[in-house]
Amino acid sequence: MMNGRRLRLQTPDGIEFSRPIASPLVRMLASIIDYGIILAALEILQLPFAMLNAVAFDVAQAIVIVASFVLAIGYSIYFEWKRRGQTIGKRILQIQVVNDQGLKLNFSQVVMRNLMRVVDQMPLFYLVGGLTAWLNPKGRRLGDIVAGTVVIRLASAAAPSFEAAQNEKFNSLRERTTLVARLRQEISPELAETALRAIQRRDSLEPHARLELFTKLGQEIRSLVRLPEDLFEGMSDERLVLNVVEVVFTSRG
Amino acid sequence: MIIDLEAFIERERSFWDELESKVKSLERDPERRLSFDELQRFHYLYERAASALGKLRTYSLQPDTVEYLERLVSAVYAEVQDGNRLTRHFSLKRWFFVDWPASVLRHGKALVLSFLVMLIGCFFGAVVLWLDPGAKQDIFPFEHLMGDPSERVAREEGRLEQQGSNYSSVFSAQLMTHNTRVSILALSLGMTWGIGTIVMMFYNGVILGAVAFDYIVSGELIFLLGWLLPHGIVEIPAILIAGQGGFVLARGIIGWKSPYTLGVRLRGLMPDLVTLISGVALMLIWAGLIEAFLSQIHEPQIPYAAKILFGCVEGAALFFFFHHFGKRALADEAKEGEARARAPHSRRLG
Repeated sequence: MMNGRRLRLQTPDGIEFSRPIASPLVRMLASIIDYGIILAALEILQLPFAMLNAVAFDVAQAIVIVASFVLAIGYSIYFEWKRRGQTIGKRILQIQVVNDQGLKLNFSQVVMRNLMRVVDQMPLFYLVGGLTAWLNPKGRRLGDIVAGTVVIRLASAAAPSFEAAQNEKFNSLRERTTLVARLRQEISPELAETALRAIQRRDSLEPHARLELFTKLGQEIRSLVRLPEDLFEGMSDERLVLNVVEVVFTSRG
Repeated sequence: MIIDLEAFIERERSFWDELESKVKSLERDPERRLSFDELQRFHYLYERAASALGKLRTYSLQPDTVEYLERLVSAVYAEVQDGNRLTRHFSLKRWFFVDWPASVLRHGKALVLSFLVMLIGCFFGAVVLWLDPGAKQDIFPFEHLMGDPSERVAREEGRLEQQGSNYSSVFSAQLMTHNTRVSILALSLGMTWGIGTIVMMFYNGVILGAVAFDYIVSGELIFLLGWLLPHGIVEIPAILIAGQGGFVLARGIIGWKSPYTLGVRLRGLMPDLVTLISGVALMLIWAGLIEAFLSQIHEPQIPYAAKILFGCVEGAALFFFFHHFGKRALADEAKEGEARARAPHSRRLG
């Protein structure tokens, strides 16, 4: 349900950008990791006070109670404030809390979204928050709505290299300038983009899905431009799409 | 039209790399100030990346590169528009003497509402117990309140060696954490258009009213005051302020007659809400300490008169604190507002 949802923003000077919204499932997994870390920290916290128990049980237990409370409430507040909207769980799963205006998170937002967990957790296991996030167009739980925050998914940080998409050197189409011009004229940007994405991600596809995808793309290209038989005889659809994408997206030296 | 993607990315890539390294450096050091030349270059790179993003998106090319640029541009935008860089540094002294009392007084009507709901709950609790003394079982949350108040007083006063028990610190810690949790809940339930906050304030009022009625009709008013006043004079206002926060949040959610959107309304209220609940936590730490180490110690160890006097002094100090510092802070705010309103006008005249 959350697939493809994006936080769309437009700056006052007209620049538009969007960020993919994290799914409630990934957020839940991040929360589980964070709870695990909090529980481990609580266990570790008990250790130094175990020795103190013998001489001052009352004070040692009181410190543990207060410290546990502060840790449970303060863990997310500290990490989201100091680590730019990322607790350890969120960092592992590559998601981040951001301001819904595209601005930096401020301290009040971080505190409010975390205090509101008491309502989001109701009645059990984040049922209220989970349902709200599922139904909200921006995937926000109640704490996010009050604080004006959104949890986004961080896509790969590095710009992908164009060269990676064209790792095969020989392309018989390069010499056919008229055909290349026709391909550029007839193939829509949408089809070109789909073909490029298919090539970039072909190694991640199952063999049958890969074959089916490139067969469909080859048929689509053939339906738009009449391709000379001699040039493509014995050539796979995948190779055809690869060659077409290369000449469509690159200029001739 | 399809642009020459390869040449385009090759040409722009170095600018994106430069921009990315500048953003990372700013993220690593939020206090860093850019020189005018650096700022100009930063802005130029930002505009260039934004323009590239626009082109790639328009022609629906290279989704991964678009994703990369969107992330880069959004990170730069957040840095460029960072309001936190302009705001003054946090000062605990200013927060304590200015922001906190001002926040409480600024939303005075919500505080009155919180008080009235609790008061109605008190009356309700007292009336229920008056009509049906057996209702104690359903109202009181603690076992030690179930019995006859006079018997409890006799028992407490006779347990000389156990007063101020060996578990005072644990008890104090439990009180602080439990009450803070309840207060956070009272504020957060403002999200339910204030209904949840009303229920919580009313329920707390019912318990308080019923306990007070039970002890008063048993002739134990002095014990009640000596027992509740030292911590209650701070704890009850803290709960009231938490309820106040809940009603402030509810007002933001409902937005009655407000021309602003939900997001704008809540953004405006958020700093006050955080200030209110932080202040509540502070009050509850004090109340927890007093309840564990003073309130539970009764005559003959500590005379009730001394405990009542202590409670009265605390109450007077609390009232003075909010009234004096809150009024002063609001007056200063009003003056600043007037000065700001006059400033553009005077510049025009000048």
